[in-house]
Amino acid sequence: MKYVDEFRAGDLAQGLAAAIAREVDTSHTYNVMEFCGGHTHAIFRYGVQDLMPANLRFVHGPGCPVCVLPIGRVDNALELAGDPRVILCTYGDMMRVPATGRRSMLKAKAEGADIRMIYSTQDALRIAVENPDREVVLFAIGFETTTPPTAVVLKQVAAAGLKNFSVFCNHVLTPAAITHILESPEVREIGTVAIDGFLGPSHVSSVIGSQPYEFFAQEYQRPVVIAGFEPLDVMQATLMIVRQLNEGRHEVENQYARVVTREGNRKAQALVAEVFELRPSFEWRGLGLVPYSALRIRRQFAAFDAELRFGIETKPARDAKSCECPSILRGAKKPTDCKLFGTVCTPESPIGSCMVSSEGACAAYWTYGRFRQPGRPTAPSTEAAA
Amino acid sequence: MTAHDARFVGGTIPLSGSIDMMHGSGGRATAELVQALFVRHFDNPMLRAGNDQAAFQPPAGRLVISTDGHVVSPLFFPGGDIGSLAVHGTINDVAMAGARPLYLSAAFILEQGFPLADLERIVVSMAAASRLAGVPIVTGDTKVVERGKGDGVFITTTGVGVVPEGVDVSGDKARPGDVILLNGSIGDHGVAILSKRENLAFETEIRSDSAALHGLVADMVAAVPGIRVLRDPTRGGLASTLNEIAQQSRVGVRLDETAIPMKADVRAACELLGLDPLYIANEGKLIAICAPGDADRLLAVMRAHPLGRETAVIGEVVADDLAFVQMRTAFGGVRMVDWLAGEQLPRIC
Repeated sequence: MKYVDEFRAGDLAQGLAAAIAREVDTSHTYNVMEFCGGHTHAIFRYGVQDLMPANLRFVHGPGCPVCVLPIGRVDNALELAGDPRVILCTYGDMMRVPATGRRSMLKAKAEGADIRMIYSTQDALRIAVENPDREVVLFAIGFETTTPPTAVVLKQVAAAGLKNFSVFCNHVLTPAAITHILESPEVREIGTVAIDGFLGPSHVSSVIGSQPYEFFAQEYQRPVVIAGFEPLDVMQATLMIVRQLNEGRHEVENQYARVVTREGNRKAQALVAEVFELRPSFEWRGLGLVPYSALRIRRQFAAFDAELRFGIETKPARDAKSCECPSILRGAKKPTDCKLFGTVCTPESPIGSCMVSSEGACAAYWTYGRFRQPGRPTAPSTEAAA
Repeated sequence: MTAHDARFVGGTIPLSGSIDMMHGSGGRATAELVQALFVRHFDNPMLRAGNDQAAFQPPAGRLVISTDGHVVSPLFFPGGDIGSLAVHGTINDVAMAGARPLYLSAAFILEQGFPLADLERIVVSMAAASRLAGVPIVTGDTKVVERGKGDGVFITTTGVGVVPEGVDVSGDKARPGDVILLNGSIGDHGVAILSKRENLAFETEIRSDSAALHGLVADMVAAVPGIRVLRDPTRGGLASTLNEIAQQSRVGVRLDETAIPMKADVRAACELLGLDPLYIANEGKLIAICAPGDADRLLAVMRAHPLGRETAVIGEVVADDLAFVQMRTAFGGVRMVDWLAGEQLPRIC
């Protein structure tokens, strides 16, 4: 398929793998954090790790939109869905995310709540127009990629004066989260979590540009290479990080130049700025309270803010006991370090959010990579049976 | 052709309007509906006998029975409808024992208010599918549920068949070294259905692959009676079906991604929607597993059949106590191909 196969070509992958193997300094370990769940997914689905030398390790970051949403906010959404006036519109990935008491939207839907899975904010708008006697709430989540479409729909409903539509806003910001990780004691105290460089977000960067990463490349002296979500993108960007580290550089480089510019999408940025403002603080699952890391709806659009319309208050909610999602989201632990992984926590019955989305590190590891167990050959062969 | 009683054939009740509670009462309206629609279109001596069951002499050999409920939405889709699907689905389940399907039964659950014209369209399609397959629908049942308690129409079909002498196909017979064949492109049915869903409608040329596979199976078991496993990868797709077989046989599976046939439109739709085609339903596909020595003959006989022209060897059975299905990716890495967990949910980013 055009524009897809070109970025998944096996022969090119072998060439890049050989280049990386040739260039890594075998006396060093290279710890590369991929921030985005999209990268995590690509690494596992295409077996990119298999093509890396033994001393290059991917550390999975927190960039999975459903994984970082704190339980309290999911509880809020479930309360909204329990209101018989409400039709709650949500992206599909959210459906299985466990909330307090192992409830989820999938369960609430089965119990009769009117929850609709949507592909676009425009679907939610259509549902609102078709159901004038119902309150339609868009459960808006995600990083900078999903924020502009929410801004668009808010402007549309404001212009149309639609009375039965509101947005429960949970949009979060990438650069604040990366800074937070780099500031965490686990990273700053040498030896706990080693992160030598970052694969920078791809879709997010198409909106915000590469410029926002320049500060922490400088400040924290870590190379950042913005990478596309295709497996060849990941490999090429990894090679670029290896080269920066070998040469002692720490710059922002852009592997995903076919989409991302330094400035980003100015129109989308202006739209977001018009509709949203910074929250002083927002809770992230795994990272805790992160200052200026999320958006709320501006006063001008307050009539469409579900938090005001329904008087939503977020109560602190605890993650399930022994669930290591918080540490996994910080890169401090691997999925297999968790006692629950694959025992009581599986994609069919997730305890933590990292096991829900295919972008979550636990789900990706479970779904695509769990044959990689210690002492087990990665490719069982017919000879082994003989 | 036997002449029908003129009082019943479209005469006394016009096939217009919609299904009414009266049609399920068991009274005269039910009888008229059965005559005017089901007996008329499915027409065969056993059904015409008008009994609550069909009686027949069982042939020699092991008998096979299988049943399948059909609840597809939308009811009509490119390449088929719930009627043809209900016939093909059960014929295929019987055929996957290596069997020759003999007869079908059909039970209809109709929702009050369902248009009679749509019902006739479905029944005509079922009749055509059954006639083309040579497997008559010999008995059935009709019930009506109140509006809101059904989704238009649900159809449950049951099939019986007979296994030819010397054939013993079962999901627990895969052995390390065996070869895995697939008779054509994956994902066509699921993508055709998705493309017509109200909230997702998109333009595509893809049609459902819904087809009766017993003819292909008959050729296969005749050429290679020692065929070990046959299964149609319907719900849950190729991935889930291979996991079922791996579990049953306590073996692993190694797939080669580049060998799995897939239409460009199906790949494109799946890319766009964030779905994995390995988990998308098929209705005219089968997986065959045979000993390595039989593979060439089986491949040739499958490719010689119209429903097997694109048959490919997609992988092999390997020893693995954990019964993992793994795939060598086109990219050059290896990954698990797991069971489908819940429904496939589209990703956000």
